[in-house]
Amino acid sequence: MRWQIERLPAPVWFRAVIPVLSIVVTFVLTSGFVLAVGANPIEAAYYFLLDPLANPVRLIEVLVKTTPLLLTGIAVAFAFSGGYWNIGVEGQLYMGATAATAIGLQMHDTPAWLALPLIIVGGFLAGMAWALVPALMKVKLKIDEVVTTLLLNYVAIFIVSAILNGPWRDPISQWPQSPEIAATAIFPRLIPRSRLHLGFILAIVIIALVWFVLNRTAFGMKMKAVGYNLEAARFSGIRVDRTMLLVALTSGGIAGLAGASEVAGIHFHLIDAISPGYGYTGIIIATLGALNPIGVSLAAFFIGLIDTGSQTVSRVLGVPAYLGDVLQASLLLVTLAMLLLQGYRLTWRQRGQAPQDGRPVE
Amino acid sequence: MSNDTNPVVTMRAISKRFGAVLANDRVDFSLQAGEIHALLGENGAGKTTLMRILYGLYQADEGEIQVHGRPVTINSPKSAIHLGIGMVSQHFALVSPHTVTENLILGTTSRLPLDLEQAHAEVSAVADEFSISIDPRAIIRDLSVGQRQRVEILKALHRKARVLVMDEPTAVLIPQEVEQLFSSLRNFKDKGFSVVFISHKLNEVMEITDRVTVLRGGRVAGVVSTKDTNPTELARMMVGRPTFGVTRKVGAGQEQIPALVLEQVTTLDNKGLPALKEVSLVVRTGEIVGLAGVSGNGQTEIAEILAGLRPVTQGRLRIFDRDVTNAHPQAMMAAGLGRIPEDSRANIIGQMTVAENMVVERLDQFSRRGYLERKAIRRYAEALITEYQIKASPDDRMRTLSGGNLQKVVLARVLAQKPKVLVVAQPTRGLDVAATEYIRNKLLEQRAEGAAILLISEDLDEIMQVSDRIAVIYEGQILADRAAAGATPEELGLLMAGVHPG
Repeated sequence: MRWQIERLPAPVWFRAVIPVLSIVVTFVLTSGFVLAVGANPIEAAYYFLLDPLANPVRLIEVLVKTTPLLLTGIAVAFAFSGGYWNIGVEGQLYMGATAATAIGLQMHDTPAWLALPLIIVGGFLAGMAWALVPALMKVKLKIDEVVTTLLLNYVAIFIVSAILNGPWRDPISQWPQSPEIAATAIFPRLIPRSRLHLGFILAIVIIALVWFVLNRTAFGMKMKAVGYNLEAARFSGIRVDRTMLLVALTSGGIAGLAGASEVAGIHFHLIDAISPGYGYTGIIIATLGALNPIGVSLAAFFIGLIDTGSQTVSRVLGVPAYLGDVLQASLLLVTLAMLLLQGYRLTWRQRGQAPQDGRPVE
Repeated sequence: MSNDTNPVVTMRAISKRFGAVLANDRVDFSLQAGEIHALLGENGAGKTTLMRILYGLYQADEGEIQVHGRPVTINSPKSAIHLGIGMVSQHFALVSPHTVTENLILGTTSRLPLDLEQAHAEVSAVADEFSISIDPRAIIRDLSVGQRQRVEILKALHRKARVLVMDEPTAVLIPQEVEQLFSSLRNFKDKGFSVVFISHKLNEVMEITDRVTVLRGGRVAGVVSTKDTNPTELARMMVGRPTFGVTRKVGAGQEQIPALVLEQVTTLDNKGLPALKEVSLVVRTGEIVGLAGVSGNGQTEIAEILAGLRPVTQGRLRIFDRDVTNAHPQAMMAAGLGRIPEDSRANIIGQMTVAENMVVERLDQFSRRGYLERKAIRRYAEALITEYQIKASPDDRMRTLSGGNLQKVVLARVLAQKPKVLVVAQPTRGLDVAATEYIRNKLLEQRAEGAAILLISEDLDEIMQVSDRIAVIYEGQILADRAAAGATPEELGLLMAGVHPG
């Protein structure tokens, strides 16, 4: 008799345990670092995960952090569901932010009811526009979108940098940041004296819309067919190219919206560091959320939570803020490693007994 | 056989099982020095499996291998090479940005520093010895398929092989290259080397080999000297069963009008080479036309053209009076065409449910203004599951279904649309007897209702069992188009091998 590892889906209860297990393993793995900087690992864990939830002010701050992650996460998940590997969400976000700033700067004489829709639509369209060229190259010329969308991220970031060091340089401070957008273009607060803004509602609406499209519409079924099995989709008579183009542009638009939301909701002007890699974190969130809108929401909230927690930990325990980054990175790696375990099952069996689902090994 | 006394290789009672399939069933095989020995059989007869066992890629479940009369264990290609056995498979294992020499010495040298000049000289010497013309400094990716094959042969010889296993070596070659290959093989033979020539092309077997071992269904159907046999006898041994026990119903009786018409259709394969050459074919209502042929002779391309997936470069395609040349799949389906694809598992969406797969071709019927009518989809799926006796629920993921049930879903999806023309490719490949019979009966049922059916199959039994007419395709051309009544497997087998009878 012996233990045996088999390639079978893990039991359902195990999948539910994965997030919790990942957190525990991560904190055990990183406790050495926490001890090394002279702090108590259990205390650190508390401030990371529980303190933000226990404190209403900090809980709202978690939602603020979650807002751009919801948008970039769902932008990536939507594209991936349709078989389009959009790695360019970061660049599309920057373009959305730039367009939103450009519009916001012109809105000083425009009422809010007009300025807000303009800024939202402008951000969406700018993200779409930035996604258009690689999407066309993919559909018409079969050029791998992973490479093109990724490289265009750097182009977008440098364009923003050029604008900020040129025409939009702040005339007073001389910092590379744009002048402030018009007050009418600023997203209204959802809760007074907090930073939670209209962008959060937008993100929730977009997530709900994506869920609806994926699960209730003919287009959703077609795009999933393309994503799962391109050849079968083509065989079924689905217009694969058109579907993929629409998916790519929508994903870019949602990414652009994330940029507009950060400008109009948080910063009120354009800066170089408008995104600390939200676009790339979006890929992680989409993957952790299994491309499912609900999963994406949970993953985005979770990352937002650790982000907030890492600030508290560094302030309260006096450890370097980078420790938060270490924890966050370790947690992602551990979670991804844990997800791998889903495909296996550990069984105790007697010698000679046949496996339950014995497929021939060729 | 008198010269069977001192074989180079002897394989005795080799058996190999893959799951439920017995690929080799107590196969005996022996190879003499200085002999070219054909291993002949249909697809799936077990030829390649037997040779992969000899080359150490598979291990036999039972049986014994002797090399020069000594029992050996061959558990990897490395030990096969050590015993002087080399294999050239259909898919070359070459590193394309590297030179011929670099490919040859890869994995055989651990000397540092690498003396490439000396290696080039060595390769040239081996090539000269066997009169193989190849430039050792040529980059693989600049070489033609025939030249690459020569590199593979050279690789085996460079590793001191004295037994060369060639797996369908002519399948990828043009006629001139075949001639060159044959002259090399004769050269080996004169030097006392042995060649195993895996093939299903009868005329090539007759031309180049000394002896033939015929496999059928994993068993040896016979061993004969090439000079004592003829293509007709080999075809019969290969295909088996001279008669068939199934009598088909008589034709539907109504007037037969041309439903699916191919007029001089020409197309290219994925490498841009002609795959179909001016193929003309007519399928009438109430008739099944069986398209027979050895795989890779253009059947896949015909199926893809009719699925609307592969462009026609020349010629026309009609469904009744409608020209559907290079039309979109949806337009083809709208014209009354139903398609059952060659590889069903590749043409369904495994991660989606049974119900979703049933409607994915016709989403316009199951959505209103883009919104899915989920109740209608469910009712439809349940109805089809009942009607076609599919063992699955509408919400099951498609990939969890067995082959038979999966094929039934594909069949149900097509037949529910009441197609007037059906293109069916390899519908029963890999299915068990019950599912096979079910599918064949459904096809006959459709025929009785007046559908025009083109059945593309590599299974000659299947073709002969259900067809009214039989067309044979060979190297992208229709070699024969005749009534099924009176056709014999020998005759069809010869045609499939590209030999015109008489």
